[in-house]
Amino acid sequence: MADVDITSQTMDGMGPHGTKVGLLRVLGPAHVWALGVGIVLVGEYMGWNFAVGKGGAYAALIACWFAGILYSCVAMIDSEVTSTVASAGGQYTQAKHIVGPLMAFNVGLYLVFAYTMLEAANAITAGYLFSVVASMTGHADALDQRPFIILVIMFLAWLNYRGVLATLTFNLVITSIAFLAILVLFLSTSGVIGTGIMEHAALFEGHELPYGWIGVLAAMHFGLWYYLGIEGTTQAAEEVRSPARALPFGTLAGIMTLLIAATLTWYVCSGVLPWEFLGDGVNGSVAPLFDTARLSGSNALIWLLGFGTLFATLASANGCINDASRAWFAMGRDKYLPGWFGAVHPKYRTPYRAIIFLVPIALIFALGAPLDQVITFSILSGLLGYTFMPLNIILFRRRWPLETIKRGYEHPFHPVPAITLLTLCGVTFFAVFLGYGTQLVAMIGFYIVVSLWFHFWRYRFVNRGAQFTMPWPKPRGY
Amino acid sequence: MDLWNWLEYGAWGLSAAFGLHMAVDWLKTDSTYSEDVLTSSREGELEAMAEERKGH
Repeated sequence: MADVDITSQTMDGMGPHGTKVGLLRVLGPAHVWALGVGIVLVGEYMGWNFAVGKGGAYAALIACWFAGILYSCVAMIDSEVTSTVASAGGQYTQAKHIVGPLMAFNVGLYLVFAYTMLEAANAITAGYLFSVVASMTGHADALDQRPFIILVIMFLAWLNYRGVLATLTFNLVITSIAFLAILVLFLSTSGVIGTGIMEHAALFEGHELPYGWIGVLAAMHFGLWYYLGIEGTTQAAEEVRSPARALPFGTLAGIMTLLIAATLTWYVCSGVLPWEFLGDGVNGSVAPLFDTARLSGSNALIWLLGFGTLFATLASANGCINDASRAWFAMGRDKYLPGWFGAVHPKYRTPYRAIIFLVPIALIFALGAPLDQVITFSILSGLLGYTFMPLNIILFRRRWPLETIKRGYEHPFHPVPAITLLTLCGVTFFAVFLGYGTQLVAMIGFYIVVSLWFHFWRYRFVNRGAQFTMPWPKPRGY
Repeated sequence: MDLWNWLEYGAWGLSAAFGLHMAVDWLKTDSTYSEDVLTSSREGELEAMAEERKGH
């Protein structure tokens, strides 16, 4: 038992153990990278700059790097646990095996809400982008954004419905273009190629930390935007050909990509746009990378960053549909939710009922809720999920030490990343409380109510005998 | 009516087409296959097979 090898590449996950129709194992590390980076990269194109408004450009950089540490810990911890618990549901499945049913139910809901809300926010953003293009091309009246918002959700849901390989290959292409656009913008404006237009010293003078260190703390809330969603790579666990190799490789390559993209984004935008304009994401710079391209005076850069913005938005919504549906599907399969959701399409091999069920929910939020509230709900759900991870890895290492289960990846310096992550989560909760205290309290209240519902009613339906499937030894101490 | 008005109609039409395609396929699939087959997916198939191989 101790040397169970889940790294085999000769088996595809289908077999004589009850599964007649299962998810298809067709993905490689590049798809995992595309899933994680695809969800996140829109945060580089827009949103992160609210951190500048909270505390100035330097505060945004400090938040960028501290959030980078937080997410590096997330990526390392996730890589170790998921390379061992290689099933759809990601952190939900980890919680089920390592902590317990109530934690799993909550984590599952965090995931579904975080991704569905983010999908809705991306669709709203795409609708806005179409309206900007319409006005730039001479459309006289205000564009009706609704058909474009609905089209984004319906098209991407349809793509997800038809198969995971096409879905994530699409993400790989558009995410790569969006990332390359940031690199090209940096090379073109920083002076590496041609004449640079950076004016950091002039723009920062007298505005180093306009609100002092409390501004730095407040900026942490929006520092998350640089990386929010990289943990979504774990949802591909049941569809990768080699979980123990592809998941750590794709996730860690993803966080490295994002650290580079985030730092370059801060550098080029803060070196061109005044901090007052950059930090106002509503009336000032809605899409700072695109605004930087416009100030460069190059039409090629304007087009490239315009497409980059749209592609990053679509990639994020696409990855969110993929991840929310896998979490919902996994909860249905274990009867944490009605078992009807645990169905797999016999031809396309996707969790088709979960995909369809979440479409109207995303549409309701995309068409009926304000963008900032939708995003705040997504960030708070994500943050609750990150707070679970340190607890998860500490229990995992304690109950199943390294010598008892073979991991695809062992993260270094344990428990330093777990303690660092927990500390940074505490700081970020405080930062969120400063700006969105009411929403934070309301959301925690919501999760307490649904936890009571699960404990006193839903748990009786859970498929308790079939939910612990990993061939692990008994946990230490039991 | 300029191009963007036509694009609005196009977006409505395409949205309906994608939604309709999913709905029709969903109903067809549910009526063609039994619930036992559709919900037969089990977690940990890879690990179970690895265990079985190891036992052989």
